Amino acid sequence: MKAASFDYIRATSLDHALSALAESEDAIILAGGQTLVPMMAMRLARPATLIDLNEISELAGITNRDGYLSIGTMTRQAAALASTEVNAQTPLLAKALSFVGHTQTRNRGTVGGSIAHGDPSAEIPLAAIALNAEIGLASRTGTRTVTARDFYTGPLSSVRRTDECLTEIRFPIWSGTVGVGFQEISPRHGDFAIVAVAAQLEFGADKVCRRASIAVGGASANPVHAAEVEAALVGKRIDPRLANEVSRAVDPILSPTDDLHATAAYRRRVARVLTERAILEAAA
Amino acid sequence: MSMIKLTVNGVARSASAEPRMSLLDFLRENLGLNATHMGCEHGVCGACSVILDGAPVRSCLLFAVQADGHAITTAEGLRKDDGTPGVIMDSFMEAHGLQCGYCTPGMMIAAHALLEQTTSPSDDEIHEAIGGNLCRCTGYAQIVEAIRLAGRRMKDAS
Repeated sequence: MKAASFDYIRATSLDHALSALAESEDAIILAGGQTLVPMMAMRLARPATLIDLNEISELAGITNRDGYLSIGTMTRQAAALASTEVNAQTPLLAKALSFVGHTQTRNRGTVGGSIAHGDPSAEIPLAAIALNAEIGLASRTGTRTVTARDFYTGPLSSVRRTDECLTEIRFPIWSGTVGVGFQEISPRHGDFAIVAVAAQLEFGADKVCRRASIAVGGASANPVHAAEVEAALVGKRIDPRLANEVSRAVDPILSPTDDLHATAAYRRRVARVLTERAILEAAA
Repeated sequence: MSMIKLTVNGVARSASAEPRMSLLDFLRENLGLNATHMGCEHGVCGACSVILDGAPVRSCLLFAVQADGHAITTAEGLRKDDGTPGVIMDSFMEAHGLQCGYCTPGMMIAAHALLEQTTSPSDDEIHEAIGGNLCRCTGYAQIVEAIRLAGRRMKDAS
């Protein structure tokens, strides 16, 4: 349970980190380390070089800009959870964060680290896919933006190139009357979800749903965006019967597998029920 | 090997370590501070909790090199200046907040971080604060009671 040897680079700026990343063979970026360090201890990860971003203050911080809440990749989960700006502007992310880990892990774990790692059951990627957040990437040769729904290519894998580093995650800010729902089944609070559903709805003065974003985590290789459920809610007043009926549309988009936590059939069933509950929670 | 300079329980310390050495091993092996316990070594049990720059973290999930230039508080730092048990340690003894004692340093560090915020935490706040710390003996009820007692004592003393 001890990590294998590696060369350690304490990056002092984003430019420093990007140069080190471009010049190192087999390097891994160290963000909060709450997943990577256990993987290294178990020798599931064995990088030759570890590039530590923790001392780069320019990569942490929360900024309200151009209709988005920009969250620096190294913003601690605890800081985002405590942020009044996150709570007011991106309530779905705030709600998702309350399910992430424990005090000690949230004090180190970062928003960007969770996005980059891409666990199929993780709450932060789920919220990012629900809201289709924009993920900022930088390398020594330039920068680019990828939407969360185009970012992942499978469990723990994404379109991020090995010479790229996440810089920020931009969550869209919704105006008007917004309700959010976040429902999760996990063995214990703070554990990874078996299945989780995130829903954000916007309502008109007549309580008619004007806009909907819903995604399901833990029941596919990556969280999936439930476009058909969203379409079935827009233009309607939400009641328990409607929530029950439209939640059935999540089933075709899921591709769950059996593992030691739950069977695929259980995940399907729970995904449907949690979708119904998340819609009702957001409409309450 | 890198030379690591940090502040532990208010005292400047330094020692060299390989980058792969965890802060937990560094505290125990290189600095001789063995109050911090090694449990699971992969961030699940909370026994190795320490305070880093004011916030509780798991010392098994930090490499010692990352703590260079930072300030750490360990369970040793919860003693009084004369070396006798501080209010949190004393309350854990008083309320039977431990049995085998393995999780206790991590529990006390979690309690310390909570009681820095408020000396009259609700039960929910206590449960949240120690939610990342496993105890296999007590069933947690006496630990919660110990933290409540420590909070009362801190409040009365202030």
